[in-house]
Amino acid sequence: MTDDSNAAPESDIETAIRENDPALITYITAGDPSLEDTKRYVEALDRGGSDLIELGLPFSEPVAEGATIQAAINRALDAGTTPEGFFELVDDLETEAPLLVMTYYNMILQYGSEPDVRPFVERAAEAGLSGIIVPDLPAEEADPLREACDDHGLDLVFIVAPTTEGERLETIMSQVSGFAYVQARLGTTGARADVSTATHESLERLSEYDVPKAVGFGVSEGDHAAEIVEAGADGVIVGSALIDIVAGSDDPAADLEAKAEELKRGAVRGAESLTVDAEDTPEPEQP
Amino acid sequence: MSTSDPEHNRERDSESTFGDYGGQYVPEALMPALQELEDAYERYVLENEDGFMDEFRERMHDFGGRPTPLQRADRLSERYDREIYLKREDLVHGGAHKLNNALGQVLLAKYMGKERIIAETGAGQHGTATAMAAAHLDMPCEIYMGRTDVNRQRPNVYRMRMNGAEVNPVEAGSGTLKEAINETFRDWATTVETTHYVIGSVVGPHPFPKLVRDFQAVIGREAREQIREKAGRLPDSVVACAGGGSNTMGTFHEFVPDCADPRFANESSGRSPRDEDVDLYAVEAGGSSLEIDAEEGLAPNSATLSTGTDGVLHGAMTKLLQSEEGQIMESHSVSAGLDYAGVGPELSYLAETGRVTPVSVDDEAALNGFHRLSRLEGIIPALESSHALGYLEESHDELGDLVVVNVSGRGDKDLETVLEETEKRDLEAAPDVEVFDG
Ligand SMILES: Cc1ncc(COP(=O)(O)O)c(C=O)c1O
Repeated sequence: MTDDSNAAPESDIETAIRENDPALITYITAGDPSLEDTKRYVEALDRGGSDLIELGLPFSEPVAEGATIQAAINRALDAGTTPEGFFELVDDLETEAPLLVMTYYNMILQYGSEPDVRPFVERAAEAGLSGIIVPDLPAEEADPLREACDDHGLDLVFIVAPTTEGERLETIMSQVSGFAYVQARLGTTGARADVSTATHESLERLSEYDVPKAVGFGVSEGDHAAEIVEAGADGVIVGSALIDIVAGSDDPAADLEAKAEELKRGAVRGAESLTVDAEDTPEPEQP
Repeated sequence: MSTSDPEHNRERDSESTFGDYGGQYVPEALMPALQELEDAYERYVLENEDGFMDEFRERMHDFGGRPTPLQRADRLSERYDREIYLKREDLVHGGAHKLNNALGQVLLAKYMGKERIIAETGAGQHGTATAMAAAHLDMPCEIYMGRTDVNRQRPNVYRMRMNGAEVNPVEAGSGTLKEAINETFRDWATTVETTHYVIGSVVGPHPFPKLVRDFQAVIGREAREQIREKAGRLPDSVVACAGGGSNTMGTFHEFVPDCADPRFANESSGRSPRDEDVDLYAVEAGGSSLEIDAEEGLAPNSATLSTGTDGVLHGAMTKLLQSEEGQIMESHSVSAGLDYAGVGPELSYLAETGRVTPVSVDDEAALNGFHRLSRLEGIIPALESSHALGYLEESHDELGDLVVVNVSGRGDKDLETVLEETEKRDLEAAPDVEVFDG
């Protein structure tokens, strides 16, 4: 990480990543299998060492999601999860990690009586959310939401894909707030057995930008986290591997906490090996 | 599409929206592919680079069977006491207008150097057309189709496979078009560098709605010339069914400037202002009812233009069947090809501005339309097209003296559904289908 010479004060999210580098960012779908469960799970992820937590507000057509998160979204919708229920959950949550909402653009537009992004952003700010990620909103269409987020002090996080290059990369990086969400591979979300080479290439392309970079899509193990941090990421994002625990464990809260610890340890291990490689520029270590 | 004034067209067609509708609401990974497609659209389609449009037209002629006839329907004309003409897209190779677009896009993919074709399909008609075009142009092809549609459109599943395409059933949701589109987007997001997604209607992110419309605009261009030749003037109204709206936009596009409203003048065609008024009717699937079951999140219809609200689905801002909270509803139509909770953004715009009149008929009227055309004219129409014929029966008094109805496809694929659905009902236009049992 290079010195930050930005004049603007850092946001909660940027601070959370920079101060905890390498940061662990965890995702679960709100309402899967119920909002009460989600509350316990989020608290467990927080205890386990998450530095930032993404909460999915379910949308019926999650085109960027693989089978695991799609199934979680279906369970949440079957359980009757609504945007208002989601916001009430956030009202209730007290976590050390800042919270972001991840949802699709139509959910944001429809909150309120007319299609408009503002009521959603206002409510999100009131509930204490620190940022928004919208997988089907490219930078080209994001002006209205970005303006509303700016007005309410929320970060709007953009995804950088393996196909994002040249001018588009410039444009996106100039608009990034909070962190750049680096998509590790083409395709949809979903736990994978390895770290894609696209991750290394993407991080390389981004190395000249002084913006926190977190890598997601396919990360499921501590070893992946280590490899990604070694490749230059400031954070790792894990979702589907946690949803697998929500869906399959006898004690999801305990297992989520343990999984978060494993992932965080992996990330720290990655950072340590970097420090060993480059003795003269030591990185602060995490406990 | 007019290639006569490419400069003007380029300016007009690089707009990604129609009023407030349209846009590009897709995952970031797909944006470069949309940019690449937009470039290809401008160069090859609008400017005929490398003779692309010449090759497309020649292939549509030799392989596709164009132009299709505009036929005077004698017994319908007599029945309704006015002149009824049918645009016979059922005679296009494959049995529907879908080939106009599928062949255009597969050829475009080839010009772009893509190696693989994917597509979604509802009725199977677009999948069939894409599979045929891919076989014709020697491209590997995979089709996603909802499980419900696989079960109700078996003949088309066989046809796709005969033409060498792989058919992937999609189990999610109600197993219809919406789920198939989701799945195709996911495939595309993984393979975008080598694969072209042949979207099946005037839906999706820019430039698809314009690209598909321009490939389909041949329907209305031919019809406009043909009706002038046969009837000596433009029709009072043009009627087409609307699912996503590709046969609708294809039939309407050349007629849109035929009205006094300067907003719709098309200067590049050199025919503005136009002094003949042509009314445009988009007939949607009224299903079993226009009422929405808010509790279940179900629309027992697919009448998106008539009853939908503005939102974003599958890459575009358009009219949608959605709950107040923004969840997309499961839709319903007896005809698989109309069963979609969205509609093309340009149609939403034209309906919103009043240039296109959205109307609907229910499943039963469509089934009656199916039987009526079969009995009276010897043409077995697709269940989708039967909605347009159902509307003609119900509302011919409002359509003027000279009417063009687009028969978007033939009904062979629908025979099983029609027999089954007819048996459940007492339809005045139907033959006694029970004899089919024994
Ligand atoms: C014969 C026929 N007509 C109409 C449609 C509806 O599609 P669109 O509204 O895009 O023309 C279909 C779709 O499969 C079809 O097969």
